[in-house]
Amino acid sequence: MSKLYSGAEIVFKCMEDQNVDHIFGYPGGAVLPIYDELQNFKSIKHVLVRHEQGAGHAAEGYARSSGKPGVILVTSGPGATNVVTALTDAYMDSIPLVCISGQVPTHLIGTDAFQECDTTGITRPCTKHNWLVKDINDLSSTIHKAFEVATTGRPGPVLVDIPKDIQFQKTKYKKPKKEKKLNGKSHNHFNQNSIDHLIDLMSKSSKPIFYTGGGVINSGPKASELLRELVYATGFPITSTLQGLGSFPGEDNQFLGMLGMHGTYEANNAMHDCDLMINIGARFDDRITGKIDEFSPKSKKVHIDIDPSSINKNVKVDLAIVGDVKTVLSSTLKSLKQKKSKFLKSNKQKTSKWWEKIQKWRSVRSLDYIGSEETIKPQYAIERLYELTKDKDSYITTEVGQHQMWAAQHYKFNKPNRWMTSGGLGTMGYGLPAAVGVQVAHPKKLVIDIAGEASVLMTIQEMSTAVQYNLPIKIFILNNQYMGMVRQWQELLHDKNYSESYTAALPDFVKLAEAYNCVGIRAKTPEELDDKIIEMLNTDRPVIFDCMVDKVENCFPMIPSGKPHNQMILGPKDQENQKITGKGKSLV
Amino acid sequence: MPNSKSAYSFSNKKEKFDTHIIVVWVDNEAGVLARVVGLFSGRGYNIESLAVAQVDEKLKISRITIVTTGTPQVVNQIKLQLRKLVPVHKVADFKREDKAVIFKEMALFKIVGPNIKLEGALKACKKYNPVLLDKTKKSNVIQITALRREIDKMSKDLKKFGLVSVSRTGAVAMTRGADIFK
Repeated sequence: MSKLYSGAEIVFKCMEDQNVDHIFGYPGGAVLPIYDELQNFKSIKHVLVRHEQGAGHAAEGYARSSGKPGVILVTSGPGATNVVTALTDAYMDSIPLVCISGQVPTHLIGTDAFQECDTTGITRPCTKHNWLVKDINDLSSTIHKAFEVATTGRPGPVLVDIPKDIQFQKTKYKKPKKEKKLNGKSHNHFNQNSIDHLIDLMSKSSKPIFYTGGGVINSGPKASELLRELVYATGFPITSTLQGLGSFPGEDNQFLGMLGMHGTYEANNAMHDCDLMINIGARFDDRITGKIDEFSPKSKKVHIDIDPSSINKNVKVDLAIVGDVKTVLSSTLKSLKQKKSKFLKSNKQKTSKWWEKIQKWRSVRSLDYIGSEETIKPQYAIERLYELTKDKDSYITTEVGQHQMWAAQHYKFNKPNRWMTSGGLGTMGYGLPAAVGVQVAHPKKLVIDIAGEASVLMTIQEMSTAVQYNLPIKIFILNNQYMGMVRQWQELLHDKNYSESYTAALPDFVKLAEAYNCVGIRAKTPEELDDKIIEMLNTDRPVIFDCMVDKVENCFPMIPSGKPHNQMILGPKDQENQKITGKGKSLV
Repeated sequence: MPNSKSAYSFSNKKEKFDTHIIVVWVDNEAGVLARVVGLFSGRGYNIESLAVAQVDEKLKISRITIVTTGTPQVVNQIKLQLRKLVPVHKVADFKREDKAVIFKEMALFKIVGPNIKLEGALKACKKYNPVLLDKTKKSNVIQITALRREIDKMSKDLKKFGLVSVSRTGAVAMTRGADIFK
């Protein structure tokens, strides 16, 4: 007879077989049996966070930078509800997470027991799937299934809720099934005809553009390689969403920069005027499309996505290719080589006028800003940070707001999995715990959270985690004392009514760093900025860098709400001519 | 490239709402109905009626029949989103006016009144396979099976015969002929 294991042991046996090496968690009454077993499974390291939301975002950072699922362990009730923001964030940005939560014993479920909540009910809309395990014999297969659901197809978060009595009960352990049954949900639903159709469209187009997103990153590093190959083989211009940054080199000439609300002038105008748009792993999000019924009016649209429900959801497309980006790209490249081996040459002529137009848009230099010698401009701070770190293979996380957009605009990414930011949900407080998770996955690498002072205060307690585990993360705060993006919108859309967007009693971030027993550095002038950044980079401990920047700088260029791609505000001077009126005001 | 269908074709205002009957085969497990219904409410889709019961005891498969209205794009999203749910096996979609599919709803009517009215009520139901389920001197309970609009009509018409209570199911659907939906 094979050995019997307790539910708590089975949790770890499953994790071992799923190659989990780190879990992010916080103990509590309903998970204590699991915490008891932790010491018996040496290959699994637990990272103790300071708030369950931090555990969730750390697991996200871990997952996004490593390509492996992030694992979270929390207790019932408040432990589970605190992780909901991170689960929703992961759901929106398609990040694989497995959350194990404790639950009150089965016989107490429904009695409003201490720290009881309807965890599976609460997390149902923000997970791909969740389970309440009521029978110990279902536990191992459920956890294995959870890993499978989280990591296959369009990745996302899952949750397994385990009542305390189940953690004590004993049964046999079942290993994961080798053969992956897809339950009719296989991911590649395209055939050669679609690929041929795509190549036909490509060869006919004179104004093409690739529009790529997080799906390329999620498909693995190979997908980014194939994307580069395809882009070079076609000579087409390429733009990327916020989530897709890094899948194509940011400094390459064919790269037009990020598109969307704060995207570059050239990327947005090219999207608007193109005759062929090839969307690879992006989802026509409203921050990308601007006014939907004036979105790229003259183009044929191709959409490559692993999730069939993303097709025709916001924008109707002419050719849909449902499949994994990597597989679709490799088929496309293969066919391209076979059928049009001289594609680049024959296409150069055809797209030369298009490239001329793009160069014209580029010459507008939409990311330029008015420099200053007295105050640090936030864009300048990011530029300097990039220049001083670009040789280091650094990992960047962000919070949400102006600093996030400036980071996306001015920090150039050359590799996938180096850029972790909350896009879909827009979660302030994401970056610091995400940096913790990234540093756990990559202990030797430089990890920087480009932060705003308002966002970072939402999860600042995780500095304590960073210190405990000697994670030398760098929190680079662009401190303008305002919720900058809120302030910007109030200026542009709400008659400069700066209602509650100024934080009057900020902590002294240098002293705060010292209180956490890490290092605080402050930069006040452009002159001292470089030296201070170098000081930060030379510090092998966690650092809070308080970069005092211009308080009222706005993030440009910008597509005002209610406007299409070709009506951008370029900068402070342009802004007067492009007042947002009427309907645009009510749009978010 | 002229004549692209990509742009300007998405005006929801111009597209008319169709009634569709969506049939979903799901694992009969805890919370599965909440997942399906939550998907509808969470994404702002309509549910006009709902019928659900286990249809395969051995495989533990339930069949959920949902009557919904939406533009073609919305109905398409409903199907695609449903297919993403882990316990969902297959999803069928029928238009209400589809001749190849049978739709039926059941209703129970309680009539209270003198004999002459009770008989009148039963007579009025004649077209809809009436079954007298309960009879007392003062009351009748009548079961009919019919289409939604027919039951709507009967619910009005029977008032004059002393209708005091109506209970009705959601629609269930089945294809005509020997074929089954795969």
